[in-house]
Amino acid sequence: MRATAILSALMLTTASAAWAEEPLKIGVLMTLSGPPAVLGEHARDGLLLAEQKLGGKVGGREAEIIVVDDEGKPDLAAQKARELVESEGVDFVVGPIFSNIMTAIAAPVTQGGAILVSPNAGPSNFAGRDCNPDIFVVSYQNDQMPQVLAEHMNQQGIGSVYLLAPNYQAGQDSLNGFKAAYDGQVMGELFVPLGQLDFSGELAQIAAFQPAAVYAFMPGGMGVNLVKQWNQAGLSQIPLMTAFTVDETTLPAQQGAAVDMLTGSNWAPDLDTPGNAEFVAAFKEAYGRVPSLYAMGGYDALMLIDSAVSEAGTEDREALRAALKAAEFPSLRGQFSFAANNFPVQDFYLTKAIKDDEGNYRTSVVEKVFTAASDSYVGDCAMN
Amino acid sequence: MFDLFLLQLLNGAQFGILLFLVAAGLTLVFGIMDFINLAHGVLYMIGGYVMAMVMGTTGNFWLSLVAVLPLTLAVGLVLEVLIFRRLYDRSHLDQVLATFGLVLVLSELSRIIWGSAPLSVAMPEALSGSVPLIGPLSYPVYRLAVIGMGLGIALLLWFVIARTRVGMLLRAGAANRAMVSALGTDINRLFMLVFAAGAMLAGFAGAIVSPILSVDPGMGDSILILTFVVIVIGGVGSVKGAFCAALLVGVVDTLGRMFGPILLQSLLDPAAAAQAGRTLAPMLVYVLMAAVLFWRPTGLFGRSVAR
Repeated sequence: MRATAILSALMLTTASAAWAEEPLKIGVLMTLSGPPAVLGEHARDGLLLAEQKLGGKVGGREAEIIVVDDEGKPDLAAQKARELVESEGVDFVVGPIFSNIMTAIAAPVTQGGAILVSPNAGPSNFAGRDCNPDIFVVSYQNDQMPQVLAEHMNQQGIGSVYLLAPNYQAGQDSLNGFKAAYDGQVMGELFVPLGQLDFSGELAQIAAFQPAAVYAFMPGGMGVNLVKQWNQAGLSQIPLMTAFTVDETTLPAQQGAAVDMLTGSNWAPDLDTPGNAEFVAAFKEAYGRVPSLYAMGGYDALMLIDSAVSEAGTEDREALRAALKAAEFPSLRGQFSFAANNFPVQDFYLTKAIKDDEGNYRTSVVEKVFTAASDSYVGDCAMN
Repeated sequence: MFDLFLLQLLNGAQFGILLFLVAAGLTLVFGIMDFINLAHGVLYMIGGYVMAMVMGTTGNFWLSLVAVLPLTLAVGLVLEVLIFRRLYDRSHLDQVLATFGLVLVLSELSRIIWGSAPLSVAMPEALSGSVPLIGPLSYPVYRLAVIGMGLGIALLLWFVIARTRVGMLLRAGAANRAMVSALGTDINRLFMLVFAAGAMLAGFAGAIVSPILSVDPGMGDSILILTFVVIVIGGVGSVKGAFCAALLVGVVDTLGRMFGPILLQSLLDPAAAAQAGRTLAPMLVYVLMAAVLFWRPTGLFGRSVAR
C-alpha cells in the first residue's frame, strides 16, 4: 500500500514535471512564396531573431516554432491555420502579412482555442465591430499609415493631390483612409489592376494634371516599378508620398530612385528607442539585410508573447489575455500599449528613404506626426 | 488633352512592341509545332534574371544585353531537348499540364536562386533622361530606345521570314507541317531552331524591360496572358499578325485605361464613371479579342481553316 502511494506520488511529480517541460507551441503563418514572399520572410526572420535573443525559450518555456506558408491564398491559409490549431495544438498563431488572409484565419484560430497575434495586417473590421479578445494586432490599423501622410500634407499646405492605388480592397481602403484625413483637393484617383508593373499611362496623366503632390499605395513589386519609373518619366519635381511602397523590402531594388521619398511608418531602423540599434545590427548580421517594419512586427509579436506567458502561463485564459493586453514587453517602438480593441496605441512618424553611411538604402525618421495615437475604429469595438 | 493623347499613344506603342517580342516566338511555336507553351512567360522572366545577373558581375549594360542572347538561346535549347521534344505528339491538354508544371518549377527555382525580393537593373546613363515634348509632358529616352530596338528586331524577323531559306521553311511549316517533312526537311531540327529563337526573343524582351520594370519571380505570369491574346488576335503562326495585334493591344489597353474613365464621365456621374471605368478598362482587350474572333475567327492574319 505504502509502496503504491510512493509510486503514484512519484508518477504525479514526474507527470507535473513533464507538464512544466512541455514546449510552448507557436505557429507562424506568413506568405512565404510568390512575389510578396519577401515581406513574410522579413516578419519570420524578425520573429526567429527574437527567439534567438530569448535563448530559444519563450515565456521561460522551451519554444517550438512551426513556420507555414499561406502562399497568399486565403482558402489555403484557413486550412493551414486549422491544422496548426487542431493537429499541432499550437497556443499562439503569429500571422499573417496580408489583411485578406487575416479575415480567413481569424475564426479557425480563435475558435480552435489559440490566440492570434498579427505582426502586420490590421484590417478595420477587427479594430471595430469584429474585435476579439483572442486577437492582438501589434502592428497598426491599416488606415493609419496613409493618415500620417495626409496629416503631413495638411501641415505643409499641399493643396492638391492625385491618388494612385491597385484596384482591390486594401487599395481602396488606403485611399479612403487618406481622403478621410486630407483637407485639400483630390484632383483624381487612379486605380490600376493588381499586379500591373508598367505605369507609363498613369504617369503621363499625372504629368498632364500637375498636382502639388501624389499619394500612392503600391505594395511590393508594383511599388518598385512605380518608383523607378517616376523619375524616368520626368516627374521628379512632384513629390511622391507613399505608404507600404518604399521600405526595406523594396529599397534594395529601388535604390537611388527612391532616395528622399517620404513615407509614413510606426518605426524605422534609426528610431532612437532602447534596444532598436542592437536589433538592427543583429538582424543585419544574421540575414545580411536591413530589417523592415515587417521584421520589427515579427520581433515585437514574439516579445509580447514571451512577456505574457512569463507573467500568466497558458492555463488560465483570462489571465493570459490580461497579461497580453498589459503589453509589458520592451517594444522596439518604445512606448507601446493596447487600446480597448487590442490594437496598438503608439507614435507615428514621417520617414524618408536614404542611403546611409554603410551604403545601405533604408528609411529614416524625419519627424513625429502622431503621438500615442489609436485608430478611428476603436469606438465601434464592444470590448473594454 | 491632345498632347496627352499623343503621349499615351507612344506609351501604348512601347507596350505593344514589348508584347510583340514575347509573342513572336510563341506564335511560331504555336503555329508551326501546334504546341501550346505556357512556359513562354518564364523565358521572359529568365531573360530578366540573366540580365540582372550578368549586369551584377560586369556592370556594363550593353555587354549584358548582348550576353543575354546566347544564354537564353541555350536555356531554350536545353528545355527543348529535355522536355518539350517529348510533348509535341501529345494532346494539347498534356502540353498545357506539362508546361504549366514547368512554370511552377522554374518560378520557384528562380526564387531559390535569386531570392523573392525584386531585383533591379541600372539604366545606361546615356538613356536615363527624358525628352521634353509639349508643355509639362516629356517622354523617357529609354522607352524610345525600347521602341527603336523592337522595331529593329521586327524588321530583322521580317527579313529572315520573307527573304531567307529558313524563313521559307518556316512559312511552309506553318502552312503544312507534314508536307515539309515529306519533302525531306528535318522538321525536328527546324522545331528546335524555332523554339530556341523564340526563347531568345522572349529573353531579350525580359532583358530590355529590366531597367523599367523590376525583375521578380512573377514577371512572366503577368505578360503571358496578354501574349496569348496577341497571337489569337493576330492569327496563330503569323509574325506579321503578331506585330499588328501587339501594337493594337498595347494601344487599346493604354488608351482604354487612361481615357475610358474620362469618356465615361461625359455619360455617367463621376463616381459611377470612376467605378465603371476601372472595371471596364482592363476588360477592353478581351472585348477586342472577342470582336476580332467574331468577325475573323482565325485572327487578323490567320489562314482560313481548311474543312
